Amino acid sequence: MIAHAIFFYTFSIIAVVSAIMVTVSKNTVHSVFFLILDFISISCLFIMIGAEFLGMIMLIVYVGAVAVLFLFVVMMLNVAQQKNQWFASAASSKHIPVGLIISTIIFFELIIVIGGWKYKPEIFDINNSLKVSDLSNTHSLGQILYTDYIHVFQISGMILLVAMVGAIVLTFRQRSNVKRQSYIKQISRERAEGVSVVEVASNKGVKIDD
Amino acid sequence: MEYLNIVFQEVYKILFLLVPVLVSVAMIVWLDRRVWAFVQKRQGPNVVGPFGLLQSLADALKYIFKEIIIPSSSNKVIFILAPIVTMTLALIAWAVIPFGATQVLADINVGILYLFAVSSLGVYGIIMGGWASNSKYPFLGAIRSAAQMVSYEVSIGVIIINVLLCVGSLNLNDIVIAQQNLWFVIPLFPMFVIFFISALAETNRPPFDLPEAEAELVAGYQTEYSGMMYAMFWLGEYANILLMCAMGAILFLGGWLSPIDIYPFTLVPGAIWLILKILLLFFLFALVKAIVPRYRYDQLMRLGWKVFLPLSLTWVVLTASYLFYFNLLPTN
Repeated sequence: MIAHAIFFYTFSIIAVVSAIMVTVSKNTVHSVFFLILDFISISCLFIMIGAEFLGMIMLIVYVGAVAVLFLFVVMMLNVAQQKNQWFASAASSKHIPVGLIISTIIFFELIIVIGGWKYKPEIFDINNSLKVSDLSNTHSLGQILYTDYIHVFQISGMILLVAMVGAIVLTFRQRSNVKRQSYIKQISRERAEGVSVVEVASNKGVKIDD
Repeated sequence: MEYLNIVFQEVYKILFLLVPVLVSVAMIVWLDRRVWAFVQKRQGPNVVGPFGLLQSLADALKYIFKEIIIPSSSNKVIFILAPIVTMTLALIAWAVIPFGATQVLADINVGILYLFAVSSLGVYGIIMGGWASNSKYPFLGAIRSAAQMVSYEVSIGVIIINVLLCVGSLNLNDIVIAQQNLWFVIPLFPMFVIFFISALAETNRPPFDLPEAEAELVAGYQTEYSGMMYAMFWLGEYANILLMCAMGAILFLGGWLSPIDIYPFTLVPGAIWLILKILLLFFLFALVKAIVPRYRYDQLMRLGWKVFLPLSLTWVVLTASYLFYFNLLPTN
């Protein structure tokens, strides 16, 4: 049990510290790397309470895909310039009170939620929670998601799809003057279409374009 | 004292796994160069040791004694972390690979998800190296490779779903045992082909080695690296290739199972069969490198999103309907 506690506190300290560093560090790319570290340590915590499926999905979805796209965006923007504009100018002092108000509200909301929380004592013991059933938690998650909560599950999938389609529609521009390759056209080209043998009259030449 | 004992036992097991993996990575580099050379009617490395077997060792010695140069305008911490991340991620994935019914370091419930997660983390080594170098070619290489790896992971994930539908478990040993009667390469052959091509793209192997296309990007994300740090990128890359081969062997070629279930073949330990299957897949990787020209970048993206993703998704629907209609869905 001691080893368990040591690992728990290591991961949770890393998670909290890196979460703070996300907001504190001045370099935006560093913030994203700290965010990734945060995700990883949280997925380790998931694995420690026996929710290995959630932990792995957290790694695959958040670290493997979402954070990569974050990094992409942050690296593509000219971060050094923005940093100077945001942090050095007087404009940044306007954001501080607004941020403080919002964070106090969220803080009190969290206190209200956690204050009403009832802890089941048996959840703390990892060995107990595993004995509840022989099913692995992947199976039990699947059985719950695809039976009792099938509609909620499908609807949340549809919402994501709608968001994706919306984003594509908003950014899509049909450009007419771009030359595009059509693979089928290229492959199905015959010799007769491309090559023609012409008798060239001396001093007259051939008209190429038509 | 009891804890110390457990720790020592685990460390012993880990070393027993890691040292052979590292040695075989060095050997596989030799094999790769040798196959590549023979296809082009050259000799390849044949001077150091018998058949040139010790060539990688000589290369490693050279890298160790070279100076590590860190560019002054680079982001030093991330610059140094990048090869370490690549190498570590390539090695920790071997923890779940089963070499036999009981010969596995960590027999976890979600083994295949773990493999998938670790291989999807592999992109960070490249992005970190490319960004921290603070120079044009590495950055372009890193951006290319990130886009490429994220796109091909999607199709690998969908292919894994195909296999999981037939198995009904995420445990790697269960996946191997489910192939006792029929290797999945036969019913899921198109998926095997797509998995193989996606694995080539995922590990930045030719014909998809755009991130390090030497004609355009010098050496991509590795341009600013030298000495042992470059060697770590290189080792990590080859360890990843071996890992992808192992994944292919476990998902489609029956892992440690012997090809024919009769007397003299069953005597051979499972680890040997797995290694032979990995070598077979790696031989194909090396052949592809020698005989196929490099893709253009937009063609690569088109192949990933417009061909492989719809194809593998359709195959998921087909597999699921087939299993459901004939009542073959695995239950426990």
